[in-house]
Amino acid sequence: MTSPISRGFHGRRPDAGAAVKLPPGQYETHDFPVLSAGPTPHTPLSEWDFTLGSVDGASARWSWAELEALPHETITRDIHCVTKWSKFDTMWNGISIDTIIEAGKAKGVASAPFIVASCDGGYTTNLPLADVTGGKAWLAVGYNGKPLPAEHGGPVRLLVPHLYFWKSAKWIRGIRFHDRDEPGFWEELGYHMRGDPWKEQRYTGDA
Amino acid sequence: MAESTSASTSSARPIEWRVATVAETIAETPRVRTLVLDLPHWPGHRAGQHVDVRLTAEDGYQTERSYSIASPPEAERISLTVERLEDGEVSSYLVGELRVGDPLELRGPIGGHFAWSVKDGGPLLCIGGGSGIVPLMAMLRHRAAATAELRRTIPARLLYSSRSWSELIYRDELEHLAAADPTLTVTYTITREPPPSWTGYRRRIDMPMLEEVAWPASLRPHLFVCGPTPLVEAVAEGLVALGFEPQSVRTERFGPTGV
Repeated sequence: MTSPISRGFHGRRPDAGAAVKLPPGQYETHDFPVLSAGPTPHTPLSEWDFTLGSVDGASARWSWAELEALPHETITRDIHCVTKWSKFDTMWNGISIDTIIEAGKAKGVASAPFIVASCDGGYTTNLPLADVTGGKAWLAVGYNGKPLPAEHGGPVRLLVPHLYFWKSAKWIRGIRFHDRDEPGFWEELGYHMRGDPWKEQRYTGDA
Repeated sequence: MAESTSASTSSARPIEWRVATVAETIAETPRVRTLVLDLPHWPGHRAGQHVDVRLTAEDGYQTERSYSIASPPEAERISLTVERLEDGEVSSYLVGELRVGDPLELRGPIGGHFAWSVKDGGPLLCIGGGSGIVPLMAMLRHRAAATAELRRTIPARLLYSSRSWSELIYRDELEHLAAADPTLTVTYTITREPPPSWTGYRRRIDMPMLEEVAWPASLRPHLFVCGPTPLVEAVAEGLVALGFEPQSVRTERFGPTGV
């Protein structure tokens, strides 16, 4: 279908530099909007842990101190929210999911082709393993040189910047491997199973 | 959790873009306007859901935003209520430029978590700030369309925070709904410029206010909170502190960039 011209709409074009960084339908924001489906959880670090679980029920657990002892990386990436905003050059600090999976293997947790991330507050999201390995995803613990604030998912959120940001689950507490792609919270409610912003995969049925 | 009836299989049909025609515009406040749309073949929606709007300039430039649906599922036409944001690329067009007869491209309905139907039951507690009233209004209008007998089984309360009396959206309609319905209570708090004779709340929503307005947690009301992030954070945390199950508190937040 051809879109009708919006009479009298001129728009505010992104400059050439921003235009190439904006996926279709997105606009650049300099704020960092907060979006979540419920209250912000506040789990004390002394009670916080992270669990990696295999299909057959094996699991590995890290306390906050154990997670902090793993190698950290600094990551600068553009992020894209399905609610249309994009934010460029956001700077994070965190542990690569490759590192977690390798450490999990050493503890007897075998990987599988899909994962579901689960979070404080009950949120879940699903991802293919290929989207979180090979230097594409992290457990983020820092933002802009400071500990990650609770409203942005602290103490730890998943960071998968090449997909719409609902995949970067806030308040993550665990990852479980799955043989099949099982829909998470928003994916059950009509959002796309993969969510590639460059293909504009916002909702179920988008190409 | 809301009904998760949306299919999530890859064979599902895409949510199509449709072209609506503006049938009527209603000035709600100096910065807020309602667009009443003619939209043939609308598949229907649940109160609280939103649509994506796409604007196209003459040279093909496009941009999209999301807006809550203000009308209840029962309404013949769908309506969107839009607040003009300072520097808002899309909201300034929708509030200031769009006229009756103009086309408006949109797709939806979208979102299944921040949604409510009378068949979900009650009590219903809606807490909103500013233009966060819009999806809550769709719920209250939907409830108002039910029989008085059914409404009695679903008591509803609205706590609505606004900077000033003149910025309250749907004020006359809310007054009318509350006057006609003993099972609906509407409470305002006017945070910056209350009218001289104002005897109601005049502060940001806080714990004592929530305790006075909300039902006890033991009644397990359906909770919907919508507004700017600081309000939603404060209200959601307040409700959890009052003993409501965190997972029963459904929130929708408007960042400073708006939606």
